[in-house]
Amino acid sequence: MNYKMKLTPEEEAILNGSQGPAMAKVIKTLVLYGDAFGAERFVPVTAKGHLVTSFGISILKPVFSIMDELIDGGLKAQQPFTVDPRPIDYDNVKCNPLEKLIFNKILYGMQAPYEVQLKKLGLKSSKSFTCTCYMDEVGNVPEKGDVLSWAESSAVVYANSVLGARCNRNSGIIELFGGILGKVPEFDLLTDEGRKAKWIIEVKTSKRPEAQVLGSAIGLKVMEDVPYIKGLDNFLGTELTDSVKSYLKDMGAATASNGAVGLYHVENLTPEAVESGAALINDDAKVYVIDDAELDRVKNNYPIIWKDKNAQPERCFIGCPHLSYSQLCEWTERFETELKKQSKTKVGLRTIMTSAPEVIEHFKKDNKEAYDKLMGFGVKLTSICPLMYMNNPLCGKKPVITNSNKLRTYTTSRYFTDDEITEIAVKGGF
Amino acid sequence: MQKEFKGRPVIAGDIKGEAVVSRQGVNTLATFQKSALKKKKEVICSDQNNSDIYNKLLTGKILCLPKTIGSTTGGMVLHTVSALGIAPAAMLFSESIDSLAAAGVILADVWTDSTIVAVDRLGDEFLNYVQDGMQITVAADGTVTVE
Repeated sequence: MNYKMKLTPEEEAILNGSQGPAMAKVIKTLVLYGDAFGAERFVPVTAKGHLVTSFGISILKPVFSIMDELIDGGLKAQQPFTVDPRPIDYDNVKCNPLEKLIFNKILYGMQAPYEVQLKKLGLKSSKSFTCTCYMDEVGNVPEKGDVLSWAESSAVVYANSVLGARCNRNSGIIELFGGILGKVPEFDLLTDEGRKAKWIIEVKTSKRPEAQVLGSAIGLKVMEDVPYIKGLDNFLGTELTDSVKSYLKDMGAATASNGAVGLYHVENLTPEAVESGAALINDDAKVYVIDDAELDRVKNNYPIIWKDKNAQPERCFIGCPHLSYSQLCEWTERFETELKKQSKTKVGLRTIMTSAPEVIEHFKKDNKEAYDKLMGFGVKLTSICPLMYMNNPLCGKKPVITNSNKLRTYTTSRYFTDDEITEIAVKGGF
Repeated sequence: MQKEFKGRPVIAGDIKGEAVVSRQGVNTLATFQKSALKKKKEVICSDQNNSDIYNKLLTGKILCLPKTIGSTTGGMVLHTVSALGIAPAAMLFSESIDSLAAAGVILADVWTDSTIVAVDRLGDEFLNYVQDGMQITVAADGTVTVE
């Protein structure tokens, strides 16, 4: 095999089969991947892994074959990993008999055996199914400077930007291979140069922008480049509180799904921007000004792809990425206020909020009053991935509304702001 | 008239075929999902947001594109369609290959019996010149001849 990366004698031996044929194929894949991006060497992975593939979807049979090959070769991730959310939860996200049949037999018929494979390869625990593995409750929080092997786009952008860890925007399976080898090729966002901003974003809005629309506008403009955001600290302050981190989580997910952003800096707020300031900005960086009119333009351009554009919504998803503890508390208050305003006691629309299993446990245990209120409002709380739930021909036909720009991008769901969706969910329609 | 372009082979190979051209980024999951889900023997592009290639046959064709976009499951999806024998024969990128497409063609090369030949950095002129149905010859050194 011809390659350009400089391998250590140990890595070269692995490539030549010293740790078995499966491991040789793992490192060969990573060497070719590194070569494609000009990586010169491998660097050690220094924190737990996180896998994007959480669903035993039958079309991915060839992926399951790779997993079998790894297991048969005695391979396992060097550190335990968390994984994206499960696709279904019949208790909290109702499905009709036909949907259940399709889910169980056709779409996610491989879920149980796939979870067995995940355990064998190093899954942290049976609760470790969330896209927000970086929540304190979940216990997969990298530190500044940690090198990661992750792929989930919303988690990668959060880890890079808010935590100051270093991770490329990898594909699924590649991230598992990095976890097994315990090393990843060093390029792009793993290097100082790759973390410099090619765009300056000037936020000049009259009030705090909706996180999901601001992230969408940035992603659509800069695509995969690194933006340096100025002016947002006027609204968020200079401290990474739980509430601010939740805002950045949602904004980042939108930058990553509406574009392909893997890292952003927020002036005076995110760790590298606080540390290095304008030195992070490339000399030839382009400028994008975002004001109220620009946010309106972006939001008004979202297409409505419901089959019947005049349909009433049947379902509302809140929490893609999964909600944090502080967001669960905030949403309970938001619904309480709106219910009082509309003189109602329960939401009028089937409303589903999603959060990590351990975050829901925290909410139940430490804010039981709010949890009981939320349940009393008729809101369902689950840990599924709404995207996986929606991304099939049956559910894709349903008129679903969401406050998530990621869910809007990858499914037929319609986007509404937090305030709009609260009003619609309580009212039961438009 | 034939025209020659020089790119960088990511997955090298000698191959000939017919061009299918997307001037915009190809969303891998949206493009291949429907055919793979229905276990079709050929991939018909199912991405309604990509009018360049929507409803067009991709299996065995030479897909010309700037880059791929979308979900980070993209690499796994390319690997899957390759394993199922329904992938494009080659992918020719006008820009540098993105990490998701790179993962897909490399996974296919190392972990399946079939290969998706991939050449990147062919330039804007390539993508402006090539049209659907043109005959393309790809050489292992990354030379692409369009006629």
